[in-house]
Amino acid sequence: MTSERGIEVASLSKDYRVHSRQAGLWNTVRSVFHRKYETVHAVRDLSFRIEPGERVGFLGPNGAGKTTTLKVLAGLLHPTSGAVTVAGHKPQLREYWFLKRITLVMGQKQQLIWDLPPVETFAQNRAIYDIDRDRFEQTMKELDQLLGISEIASKPTRQLSLGERMKCELAAALLHRPEVLFLDEPTIGLDVSMQLAVRDFIRDYNERTGATTLLTSHYMDDVAALCPRVIVIDRGRLCYDGDLRKLVQTIRPDKSIVLRYTERPDRAALERIGTVTEYDSIKAVVRVPQQEVRDAVAHLLLDPKLHDLTIEDPPLEEVLRELFARTAEEGA
Amino acid sequence: MRVLRAYPTLLRVGFAGAVAYRAEMLVWMLTMTMPLVSLALWSAVAATAPVGRFGQREFVGYFLATVVVRQLTGSWVVWELIQEIKSGALATRLLKPIHPLVVYSADNIAAIPLRTVLAVPMMIIAMASGAGQLPREPLAVAALLLSLSGAWLITFFVMTAIGTLSFFMESSYSIFEIWLACFMLLSGYLLPLELFPEWVRATTYGLPFRYMLSFPVEILLGLAGPAEIARGLVVQWIYCLASGLVALVVWRAGLRRFGAFGG
Repeated sequence: MTSERGIEVASLSKDYRVHSRQAGLWNTVRSVFHRKYETVHAVRDLSFRIEPGERVGFLGPNGAGKTTTLKVLAGLLHPTSGAVTVAGHKPQLREYWFLKRITLVMGQKQQLIWDLPPVETFAQNRAIYDIDRDRFEQTMKELDQLLGISEIASKPTRQLSLGERMKCELAAALLHRPEVLFLDEPTIGLDVSMQLAVRDFIRDYNERTGATTLLTSHYMDDVAALCPRVIVIDRGRLCYDGDLRKLVQTIRPDKSIVLRYTERPDRAALERIGTVTEYDSIKAVVRVPQQEVRDAVAHLLLDPKLHDLTIEDPPLEEVLRELFARTAEEGA
Repeated sequence: MRVLRAYPTLLRVGFAGAVAYRAEMLVWMLTMTMPLVSLALWSAVAATAPVGRFGQREFVGYFLATVVVRQLTGSWVVWELIQEIKSGALATRLLKPIHPLVVYSADNIAAIPLRTVLAVPMMIIAMASGAGQLPREPLAVAALLLSLSGAWLITFFVMTAIGTLSFFMESSYSIFEIWLACFMLLSGYLLPLELFPEWVRATTYGLPFRYMLSFPVEILLGLAGPAEIARGLVVQWIYCLASGLVALVVWRAGLRRFGAFGG
């Protein structure tokens, strides 16, 4: 049994039966009389446990089964097999108290009423979630402090920018102070500054309220900034569940040293230090094993032509690509 | 209790929505004025001699009252449901701790005051034509309100049931089109039911369509006697309960399918 705010998923599988048809007129006519179906295994035997208050990134390529899993956790889809418990409830029963305790923010779907100002959606949610007026006003004040929405909330939703809309979406989704947050691409389409604002807000909400947070995002910066732990799935199966830094160290145990020069550096000298992955007249990138970084930097700093030096982790996108490639090889 | 507490706010927000969509709503309301075409047609027919007990004046009263009742009992939930099921937008409603049909009903009811704006002048013209008179007796007024509520409920539940069928098929628009065709023919929308041959008229008294339109019109114009009103109300409310039950059963089955196969 999970604790009151935790999430437990045991051997979850979710299959869809989908209609399939080849292109062309003949196949169209044939499909009228004879429909072909195939079963898509969106999620297969997935198990994990999230403790109360954790912030966890849920990663995987397109079609990996992330959104399907989130929908099962939010009670929109029923598991084909396996057991799911969220905050002590079976999500598929969609009980009143379960729905009061969770929220699912889908970056590509909105709950704001399009032609009315967001304040009307807030008022509607206050009534639906049966929030008393004092608590509602207190929460609105807090959300305004975090998101700065008081000025935009009175304009019709359709006249707000994408970033402003997402801020109001988040406010509408969190008015009832949910204890479990499912965030599906909450920063999709937002510019960098708005991504940062949303990220800060999610971290702040989690720290203030102790809400359990499961986040999917294609922006790896979101995940790196917010989630100490990641769950990675590919083709519905679990690939990795654990510390984000450990994943990076396991898959790509090297660092990139980015070097900028006042004039062309000596390539042969750089190759003696590590693997040169980028090289031009004033810039070079050298990959070196983690344990050799210190010696390598000391050596590189001796070069008088060196203007600037930074040490970077490999991009998370590359780490994941490599993880998926390895999983595919193992599967084969 | 929670629903009752929430409902006034849902109505208020629904009304704000109706006002925001006023231009669209006006156009939609005008699409419900088909009886005015029938009015022109039948008035021309009745110019030479009355049709049954309907002379020109009676036709004016009947068709204007038909427009009024249609305005006050109309719903658009079928289109909204089909569109939201197809696009997956229904998911955001399902995440909230209130039955989506409660919110849809509030949205639809909240538009009635706006539609009354079109209905009232029609009613005044109908009464001024001398074709009938508004019920004044408290019992008759209560019967009229009850019949309007019943007509709205049957319309809403049937639309819900048909819209919900989109969980099972690509789209249930075509099924609704068939229903709409039957409604137009058998509800008194295009001509008064008493002008049909006797066996057709008798059949319409057993079908739900009459209770969605003609029956409240008959009460509004004083065309039905107390016994007929009482009998009609019983049949109408049986249809309300039955259509409500069907809507809920289809909705539950649809949600189970949605849960199993996704949106």
